[in-house]
Amino acid sequence: MEFFLQQLVNGLTLGGVYALIALGYSMVYGILKLLNFAHGDVYMVGAFAGYAVLVAFGGPTDPRIPVVVLIFAMFLAGMAASGILGVVIERFAYRPLRNAPRIAPLISAVGVSFFLQNAALLVAGARFRSYGTAKMVDPSTGLQWGPLRISIIRIVVILSAVALMVVLHLLVKRTKLGKAMRATAYDREAAAMMGIDVDRVIVATFLIGSVLAGAAGVMVGLVFSRVFHFMGFIAGLKGFTAAVIGGIGSIPGAMMGGLLIGLAEAFSAGYISSTFQNLIVFGLLIAFLLIRPRGIFGVPEPVKV
Amino acid sequence: MSALLELVDVDTFYGEIHILQKVSLEVGPGELVCLLGGNASGKSTTLKTCLGIVRPAEGRVVFDGEDVTHAPTSHRIARGMAIVPENRRVFAPMTVLENLELGAYLRDGDLTEDFERVFDLFPRLYERRDQLAGTLSGGEQQMLAMGRALMSRPRMLLMDEPSMGLAPVLVEQSFQIISDVHAQGVGILVVEQNANMALQIADRGYVLQTGRIVLSGPASELAEDEDLKRAYLGR
Repeated sequence: MEFFLQQLVNGLTLGGVYALIALGYSMVYGILKLLNFAHGDVYMVGAFAGYAVLVAFGGPTDPRIPVVVLIFAMFLAGMAASGILGVVIERFAYRPLRNAPRIAPLISAVGVSFFLQNAALLVAGARFRSYGTAKMVDPSTGLQWGPLRISIIRIVVILSAVALMVVLHLLVKRTKLGKAMRATAYDREAAAMMGIDVDRVIVATFLIGSVLAGAAGVMVGLVFSRVFHFMGFIAGLKGFTAAVIGGIGSIPGAMMGGLLIGLAEAFSAGYISSTFQNLIVFGLLIAFLLIRPRGIFGVPEPVKV
Repeated sequence: MSALLELVDVDTFYGEIHILQKVSLEVGPGELVCLLGGNASGKSTTLKTCLGIVRPAEGRVVFDGEDVTHAPTSHRIARGMAIVPENRRVFAPMTVLENLELGAYLRDGDLTEDFERVFDLFPRLYERRDQLAGTLSGGEQQMLAMGRALMSRPRMLLMDEPSMGLAPVLVEQSFQIISDVHAQGVGILVVEQNANMALQIADRGYVLQTGRIVLSGPASELAEDEDLKRAYLGR
């Protein structure tokens, strides 16, 4: 039972991270019908930005500012760096191809992905960087509930992931921008006919999706303490998988899909073997593609008469 | 009377295809003008050119004395244009209220009065205000598209085939509403295949054929035109 609960906590942590990544994939796909394969690398840059702030303020063992403030600053830096990067990518890699055949921006996305991975390799080198969270926050602090222990850092990560998703949900449902985003996702030309500046909505979508990915990057750094130039590849694929399983284009779907992937990964690592965790996750993707290709919350493409 | 909306010698292309050729037309303030023509004659493109969804290669679009040829769609809507697009194009996954709100996207401030006005005109929409637009019937969606356009308090309403795909009784109702809106002093440019109905309510009309204006005049005269009768009026 204890082991089960521990895996459950692992799964929720991972699930929160994958959900945040999946949201960016899904939102961009919803509006542009573009699979932004550079999204995982935007997440990687967010993780590095958090690391840079950590080092700038003295590193994990001897930080010059209170740890709470430091972690907050790392989140801000990761989100800001990823957000700006996402907007820049849209402007220079996708917008010039707005009216090109759909394969062109896809190739551009793969190109941006390679570019970012190699740029990070050039700047940061090939070795793993560690946030050294255990030195910052005593890993024994946290919630103790019978035999189950949840470290404070995991609580912070899970709660901030939930908080970000709640904010996103309110933004999309309640605000004018959110309504413009939903309208644009459904019918871009009709949205323009209402006076919505579609280009601005697209920029806002990239900004929001990338900010969430940046937050996910810092979360992974904090929990797993491993940051390197290639980390965005597999995480991006899993975010994409989560988006597809949830129903690509659907925001609640991305959240659900992320959670599902996180749990599947944690439980297969815990009960079978961590060697097989990716096999199980991508097996799940294949199963969904075969049985329910539109995902949990996906709607079939609207038929336009 | 100076025109509210004017197209001057407009040429429009889709890629290599020449859609509109030297199209000139005007709509006065509060005037109801219909634009007739068969399939692929360029009627929808004319409306999209007015709104700036499509940009002309040559010629000018003038709205209320201002040359808006190079102005973005949002500017034209802010100045008082609105469109009821072909096939209604309501936002199916959003509620009726949200659709109406989007019609007033460029307007700030309180929308209560505008909601009331639209719901007065279409009590049906009030009943269904929290329903998703995609669950409405075709006639109700047409009401929603019309109400959505009115939310921006337009002075110039562009309507693309408002009767298309509607049952005959709804067609009649839809033309009645166009007349009502017109009676409130809104200028209307309506594109129609249903030339009979359109000429009954319009002040003037233009006939478009493969991208050129081939005929224009008061609606009463057009209704009697022999060529037009043969081509479009079916009598």
